[in-house]
Amino acid sequence: MKGRPLLHTSYASEMALFNTPAKRVWFGVLLAVAVAVPFLLTDDILQLLALCCVAAIGAIGLGLVTGYAGQVSLGHAFFLAIGAYTAAAISGDPDGRVIGFGVTNMLVWLPAAGLAAAAAGVLVAPLATRLRGLYLAIVTLGLVFIGQHIASEWSSLTGGVGVGRPAASLEVFGYQLATTDAFATRDQKLFWLMLALLLVFALAARNLARSKVGRAFTAIRDRDIAAGVIGVNLARYKTIAFAVSSLYAGCAGALLYTVSGYFDPSSFSLLLSVQYIAMVLIGGAGTVSGAIAGAFFITLLPRLTRELQAWVPFISTQPNEVPNVFQVETILYGVLIIVFLIFEPRGLFGLWVRARNYWKAWPFSY
Amino acid sequence: MTELIEAVLRGLGTGSVYALLALGFVIIYKATRVISFAQPAFMLAGVTMVTYLVLEVSFWVAVPVAAFLTGLLALGVERLAVRPMIGRPAFVVAIITLGVDVAVRVVVNAFIGLDVRNVLDPWGLRTVGIRDIDMQQRHLAAFLTTAALVAALFAFFRFTRMGLAMRAAAYDQEAALAQGVSVGAVFALSWGLAGALAAVAGTFAAAGSSVDAGLWLIALTALPVIILGGLDSLPGAVVGGLAIGVLQELTATYQNHAPWLGGNVSVITPYVVMLLVLLVRPYGLFGTREVERV
Repeated sequence: MKGRPLLHTSYASEMALFNTPAKRVWFGVLLAVAVAVPFLLTDDILQLLALCCVAAIGAIGLGLVTGYAGQVSLGHAFFLAIGAYTAAAISGDPDGRVIGFGVTNMLVWLPAAGLAAAAAGVLVAPLATRLRGLYLAIVTLGLVFIGQHIASEWSSLTGGVGVGRPAASLEVFGYQLATTDAFATRDQKLFWLMLALLLVFALAARNLARSKVGRAFTAIRDRDIAAGVIGVNLARYKTIAFAVSSLYAGCAGALLYTVSGYFDPSSFSLLLSVQYIAMVLIGGAGTVSGAIAGAFFITLLPRLTRELQAWVPFISTQPNEVPNVFQVETILYGVLIIVFLIFEPRGLFGLWVRARNYWKAWPFSY
Repeated sequence: MTELIEAVLRGLGTGSVYALLALGFVIIYKATRVISFAQPAFMLAGVTMVTYLVLEVSFWVAVPVAAFLTGLLALGVERLAVRPMIGRPAFVVAIITLGVDVAVRVVVNAFIGLDVRNVLDPWGLRTVGIRDIDMQQRHLAAFLTTAALVAALFAFFRFTRMGLAMRAAAYDQEAALAQGVSVGAVFALSWGLAGALAAVAGTFAAAGSSVDAGLWLIALTALPVIILGGLDSLPGAVVGGLAIGVLQELTATYQNHAPWLGGNVSVITPYVVMLLVLLVRPYGLFGTREVERV
């Protein structure tokens, strides 16, 4: 069907991973830009972008359970914590101050972190299959508090509040992924690594979403009773949704602190969960690309407010003055969630759809 | 035995604070079918207003005025952020209130600042005692105030026109609208009431100690309370609040018998109780079971 790229002549072509030429082209362009970016930007921005990629993995996970399957989870911080501590414990120094098993290979600790978190997700799932909507939100909120209590009390694993422990070490079969060498600087390598991982996780999520499982998720989100009536096993698919989402969160949690190298139990507070909810909602619930866009936006927000500070002189960078950048940043989380939900519920993805539709019909876009 | 009774009495004091907060959640839920995660922010805003007002007027004037102002703040939030969302899924509105909470708390924290702020309550840490059993005056005051407020609320819902309208709107919004009830006014009043209750609760939470940014976590404890009592049950909120308060104090008193649970295990007892209750009774002790129609 030359010249009519949007005409699908088979089910397979309609359900393909990149079902329109525009998607193929944009994906190629973005990937090329992303691979080339480390040669153009300074190291501190690259480090931030690497963090964005990791956050995007976590946001895709939350997007699967909240955006696709419609189960509101405020407990993402809990699963991130499980992943982070599993990875840190497995790769930690056996003779150190905190628990460590000395297996530093990333191919071991990353899957282990994901599986540990997924196991926790399966344990929580029975609650999810019994509860709906806001009840589930409150229960998952409770998980965050229980997780935080365990993390701050179990100081032989976590190092205790205010002290913390080193994160997992990035190495594969003895090759250090996070040190400067002849080929590239630490931050360049870090960015490429996280980008590659994001690519793997994002494509996997896309594939899951267009499979039988993904369609079951969407059916549950749109009307769970109707889904049950047409033969979707609710308990089974809600469990799968939680398990996969937690797996993503576990992997993201394991990687998140390898960038800074150190973390402490107070990181995993309710605010972290809110940030991830904000990523999914601001990016666009129910889309993988939206979750990625949201994660980049929210992770870059602190940096953006600092840049903003140069233009808005009354915002201070001193934490003891009012208003300071930290306050502006936190207010922005809240206000952006409100503004997006009221005015553009489809989030950044919705803005993109609007822009696309405008230019598609240009000059007749009214 | 004295230890046990004193723990229960302390629990009734903190439980009263939870009950007031939980009543706010339930009133909003009954009227709008939304759980407002903004309650912690209103509580913090209310108690911060009290700390500023008591410097000018007496405590007895400051608390009602602060409660009124917090009610107005809640009204404003409802009008700006929640009213445009009528007809949208409940969880979207809940997330909006989460956004409101984050934003409002930053502003309030800026007002709290780094100084120690007190509500300058008349009770402090003094106690009243019968024989050898002592109860802190602030806990007694919290309990009595809660009892009075609960009685007033029940009278309001039972005997006034507006209370009847609110009950009607909670039962069936469209039918109430058709009978001439202004559902918008019901929404506004329920948010205002919840805000005012949160301010009073905050004052008692801060009585005898000081106000800091971490106080909002107390308001979140009201979430397990409403799950325990049932999301749409006012008696459930009161009973649940007192029960959680007593349980928490008992855990705090006897947790040294189980050191492996860690230091502050009483902080998370409400959440553990909530998980257990939900496994057995998903709609709480007094909540109405949702009937699903296709």
